[in-house]
Amino acid sequence: MFKIIKKVVLGPSLTLFEVSAPEIAARVQPGQFIILRINDQGERIPLTVADFDRSRGLLTLIFQEVGRSTKDLGKLAAGDGILDLVGPLGKPSEIDKLGRVVCIGGGVGVAPVYPITRALKQIGNEVISIIGARSKDYLILSEEMRAVSDSLQITTDDGSAGQKGFVTDILQQVIKADNAIELVMAIGPLSMMKAVAEVTRPYHIKTMVSMNPIMVDGTGMCGACRVAVGDKMKFACVDGPEFDGHLVDWTIASLRARMFLKEEKIAMETYSCGGDGNCQNQR
Amino acid sequence: MSKSKIRPPRQAMPLQDAQERVKNFEEVALGYTEEQALIEASRCLACKKPLCVDGCPVDVDIPGFIKLIQEKNYSSALAKIKEKNNLPGICGRVCPQESQCEKLCVLSKKDKPVAIGRLERFGADWISTVTQPAEKVVSSGKKVAIVGSGPAGLTAAADLAMLGHKVIVMEALHTPGGVLVYGIPEFRLPKSIVQQEIESIKRLGVEIQTNMVVGKINTIDELLAGGYDAVFVGTGAGLPYFMNIPGENYNGVYSANEFLTRTNLMKGYLFPDYLTPIRTGRKVAVIGAGNVAMDSARTALRLGAAESTIVYRRSEKEMPAREEEIEHAREEGVQFRLLTSPVEIVGDENGWVKALVCQRYELGEPDESGRRSPIPIPGSEYEMEMDTVIMAIGQGPNPLVSQTTPDLAVNRWGNIVAEEESGKTSKPGVFAGGDIVTGAATVILAMGAGKKAARAIHNYLLHE
Repeated sequence: MFKIIKKVVLGPSLTLFEVSAPEIAARVQPGQFIILRINDQGERIPLTVADFDRSRGLLTLIFQEVGRSTKDLGKLAAGDGILDLVGPLGKPSEIDKLGRVVCIGGGVGVAPVYPITRALKQIGNEVISIIGARSKDYLILSEEMRAVSDSLQITTDDGSAGQKGFVTDILQQVIKADNAIELVMAIGPLSMMKAVAEVTRPYHIKTMVSMNPIMVDGTGMCGACRVAVGDKMKFACVDGPEFDGHLVDWTIASLRARMFLKEEKIAMETYSCGGDGNCQNQR
Repeated sequence: MSKSKIRPPRQAMPLQDAQERVKNFEEVALGYTEEQALIEASRCLACKKPLCVDGCPVDVDIPGFIKLIQEKNYSSALAKIKEKNNLPGICGRVCPQESQCEKLCVLSKKDKPVAIGRLERFGADWISTVTQPAEKVVSSGKKVAIVGSGPAGLTAAADLAMLGHKVIVMEALHTPGGVLVYGIPEFRLPKSIVQQEIESIKRLGVEIQTNMVVGKINTIDELLAGGYDAVFVGTGAGLPYFMNIPGENYNGVYSANEFLTRTNLMKGYLFPDYLTPIRTGRKVAVIGAGNVAMDSARTALRLGAAESTIVYRRSEKEMPAREEEIEHAREEGVQFRLLTSPVEIVGDENGWVKALVCQRYELGEPDESGRRSPIPIPGSEYEMEMDTVIMAIGQGPNPLVSQTTPDLAVNRWGNIVAEEESGKTSKPGVFAGGDIVTGAATVILAMGAGKKAARAIHNYLLHE
């Protein structure tokens, strides 16, 4: 059992857990992820690590409730245990001193981009950060991001915080103002990461994205998480999760994300019925 | 034994009816009754020089345990098997006895061989509810890490524990057992049997740590520096192969590993009570004809597929699956499209599989494997309507351990190089065995390798 030490509700269906996992906390690097399983019936849920405290042996996990399993996770409270937690998985981000870099986080994707941003800053880069969300309520870690960036700009779809629009609008401006950008690191929804890659492509700015495909074991054993990168088939769990955004086949990636849509709906129906399959009162 | 005595026929294994069993995940082979076991045991000639034992990769005293069954001394029969084999319920079910012990049984010259595997299973099942106290062994003060809890690792762990060493098994998944748990389906090997046999290994003092991905949470070098006197690597064939044909990323294309892991380890067949989904379409093609392919094709039918077809580029004779598995698959309605191999997977506008383009093959001269090599017939391409394609063309070695252990030699396929008789690798104190060394093979060969390595590790620890 892995104990939840602290729970913070960050926004509508956005939750932060601090989980006691000393061995993993001692080892994890920015960009890596863990897989957890709530209970014996549960799915294996991959989550990118948002932060870690090596001295206290804690991992920070931030997730959005998007389906049955993440809803179940959101019901847990501080003091509860998570049955299984395995990691660190995947390759760490490459953290090099490059010069000027841009770190972009969208939605819950701000969580994994945060430790990468911090590491890029610590090694001596000039870090321009852009974070975005649907609206003010969905915006997370803005103060934390500000603290590890040379500048931070915020966008929301509805203009309730920062500039109205998308992270790519700001990215365009940043690139036009100064093209000496060595790296763009973008984590968020597929559509956002694809849009970022399209913005940087004509400028040949190296753009890394973190893929979060459907996954089972997370150790390279099942091949569910395959991503088409250039002309190669890669496994996000062991070859990634970060890949060159200009080489990722975004069409295949978004189609593959829909593999179990029907089943996800069925699982949600059993959830709204309290899991006992007796839905009659609610229909 | 009097020569006039008529030998009874080899006892058939009672099976769940094919029409019934294809609708459930219950075990297909039901096991001998006591009466059947006694009749079958009576067929053994108790050869002075038992050839069957030569065919057993772990040297079980076969006539010895069969004699104890004849005497109805079932607990001693099981103890006799366990002198050499700590996974009898598993081996009795999944070993290819027909190409090992039973192949060498003298009876097979004129009659059918003694059903050694079925008797082994009987011995294991009969007594499985009885808790056997572990014998106290003197501690050697040495500590061994076992990486991977599949057949190789569990066997090495049990043998080393019985020799007095402290053994810690590290398993990447949340449940121990490796391929016994994620790969082989419930209907062929019930997970309760695997669990029981793992429990009995734990009673020997073996500690199993789950959720431990060696190569990520730690490295072999750190284990050796951190108090372990030796390490055994039995990480198996955990890297699925695809064919590199167009369309393999469409939805509805699975590796057999994914298809079986979702179903077996994650219990996807109980969705949504268990939350991991598995989707089988109406028309399923399984590429390959080994045991994993048969398991996949039979699982697809149980999950509700209307048609499940094995697609294989050689002919029936070359199919690598056990004859029994092929027979069971056929009884259940699995179809076979032989001398055929896919060249492309066709998808619809939503990215789902809709057809498989195949090419016909003919057999040419024998290749290096001794089997006649398949040769494609130009212009023979044709399309089959399909909505699910499962790739069961083999698995490679998982690279997580070798990537993080620079001085551990691997061959050009990524398999760890290890001496066959000892499992000794290029790195002092590190031994390896099972599929990670040989490439995908059988449970019992992995167990044999685990056994040899345990012996070699014991010697290494004594002379270190």
